[in-house]
Amino acid sequence: MSTSRTATATSRILALLLLAAWMAPAGSQEAQIRLGTPISEEQLSALDLIAAPDGSGMPPGAGTARQGREVYELNCLRCHNVNGEGESGNTVIAGGDMQSEESPLRTVGSYWPHASTLFDFIRRAMPADIPKSLTDEEVYQVTAYVLFLNGIVGEDQSINSETLTAIVMPNGNGFVDQSHLH
Amino acid sequence: MKELQWEKAAGNGLLNRRHLLQLGLTGLGAAGAGAVFGQDAGSILQVPEWSRMPGASASAYGEPSRFAGNFQRMAGTPDPIYPGGGASRSPLQFLQGTITPNALHFERHHAGIPDIDPAEHMLVINGLVRQPLVFSYENLLKYQMVSRINFLECSGNSGALLRGGSADGTAQSLHGLLSCAEWTGIPLSVLLDEAGVLPEARWVAAVGADAASMGRSVPIDKALDDVLVALYQNGEPIQPGQGYPVRLFCPGWEGNISVKWLTQLKLMREPAQFRDETSKYTDTMPDRSSLQFTFPMGVKSLITSPSGQMSLPRPGIYQVTGVAWSGRGAIRRVEVSADGGATWADAMMQSEPMDKALARFTIPWEWSGGPAVLQSRATDSAGNVQPIRDEVLAARGTISFYHNNCIQSWGVDDAGAISNVYV
Repeated sequence: MSTSRTATATSRILALLLLAAWMAPAGSQEAQIRLGTPISEEQLSALDLIAAPDGSGMPPGAGTARQGREVYELNCLRCHNVNGEGESGNTVIAGGDMQSEESPLRTVGSYWPHASTLFDFIRRAMPADIPKSLTDEEVYQVTAYVLFLNGIVGEDQSINSETLTAIVMPNGNGFVDQSHLH
Repeated sequence: MKELQWEKAAGNGLLNRRHLLQLGLTGLGAAGAGAVFGQDAGSILQVPEWSRMPGASASAYGEPSRFAGNFQRMAGTPDPIYPGGGASRSPLQFLQGTITPNALHFERHHAGIPDIDPAEHMLVINGLVRQPLVFSYENLLKYQMVSRINFLECSGNSGALLRGGSADGTAQSLHGLLSCAEWTGIPLSVLLDEAGVLPEARWVAAVGADAASMGRSVPIDKALDDVLVALYQNGEPIQPGQGYPVRLFCPGWEGNISVKWLTQLKLMREPAQFRDETSKYTDTMPDRSSLQFTFPMGVKSLITSPSGQMSLPRPGIYQVTGVAWSGRGAIRRVEVSADGGATWADAMMQSEPMDKALARFTIPWEWSGGPAVLQSRATDSAGNVQPIRDEVLAARGTISFYHNNCIQSWGVDDAGAISNVYV
């Protein structure tokens, strides 16, 4: 076989491969473009507000319920009322008993399975009219206060990423994961 | 008019569905035709006024005929405690086919609709990935997209039926947190692949850019299966109320997990345990345990016409029609009863049912002028059968109201007035 014939055969194979690539169905590797811009987790630190039960995403800082009372009165009282008694529905954030004879009042204290959710939700969504207006320190303080209103922590107990995620909520074992049923 | 003998398919006037093709003007329209045209039968029909002069010019963005009826979404009263929060419901009783027009697609917002400039919007993928990435809207538009027709249903839809009380209402007010559209976007798997999912990642926490930064956790197998990062709805950019410029879309699953205004996807070992997957969208059972991460919406159907708060003008033949859907597959069968579930007849599907999409059914019914209870019962491709209300209540109790897929009963009284009833 001469060199030129080998070259011709090679170019034919190449042409076929190119044709195959061009004809490849949508979504194949050849067609995939990659337009995401690499970024570091540090660059995302102000945007990523996820504070998870394992403590990941919890910022530095700490607060007590005693400190949180003032934050609550300034920012939360107008909807949640004194002692978290609220008006109805979502504004009632304290009290309740999942084992009550009547239909149970479901609040942070009686229903929520994870203490981290309280920090996460206040930081991302509260106060409802000016969300994300509290500092991380204030979020820790008011988180401690809401837990205190529910009898879950003491008034001077320091709440930080470690102590918060160590809390076992009263209804912590009350949930059944259905995610496998899909 | 000639007296016709209709073949009965089930009790209290349900007719064989093959009569559908024969009805025409001999059916519903016949009795009132003369009155509608305002002239005696047998007179010569005239060319109408609008055929004698030029009409309006083309318009920039269309709107319904002023004669088509005042069909609109039904929104609740704004509550200052939840600024921007609330829902609007699709006017199911006035719609036909299976696609919901974008302007009538139901909405549920937790902190209002953000006014997002797409040039400033970011979609971030971070957490357990080889390389965190940020995507601009402009770049997302350059990806190869796929289109899927899927229903979307709020898991709180139809919840009023489990709360006791009469729940007097229309198909819209009771069940209008349901819509169906063609969603076009990038398979989430493509973007996750670009970031490089680490083996220990089991969940994707999705977060929106609304004032609540609403978040939900999606299991990795679903995320890599059929979830879309959706940019278009029924051909146009997703409207702000549906998540402009970009939303997550999880076919078949409770609506809340299809996070709107999508700005972050974080790969995690465990669920983030957001407020809206713990305190909300969970179901407390009679034993006081609570079901969490109940994702697929159960097989379900609903007669949309005739339906609640409508009135049948006179005895005679009516087309019973409605929609059926399942988060676990396609609709295989819809049965209809006119006697409160004592006897059933198979309805005809108006088009070929698709996976996790609305299907439209129809069956002719001759109303005798006496009492009737109209029901529909759907079966999906996985063999799931829609339960009656008592079965749902027995299994789930009355504490929670999410994920209700029970059979709807529309009672018809002697005067033809229709209302929600419990049988």
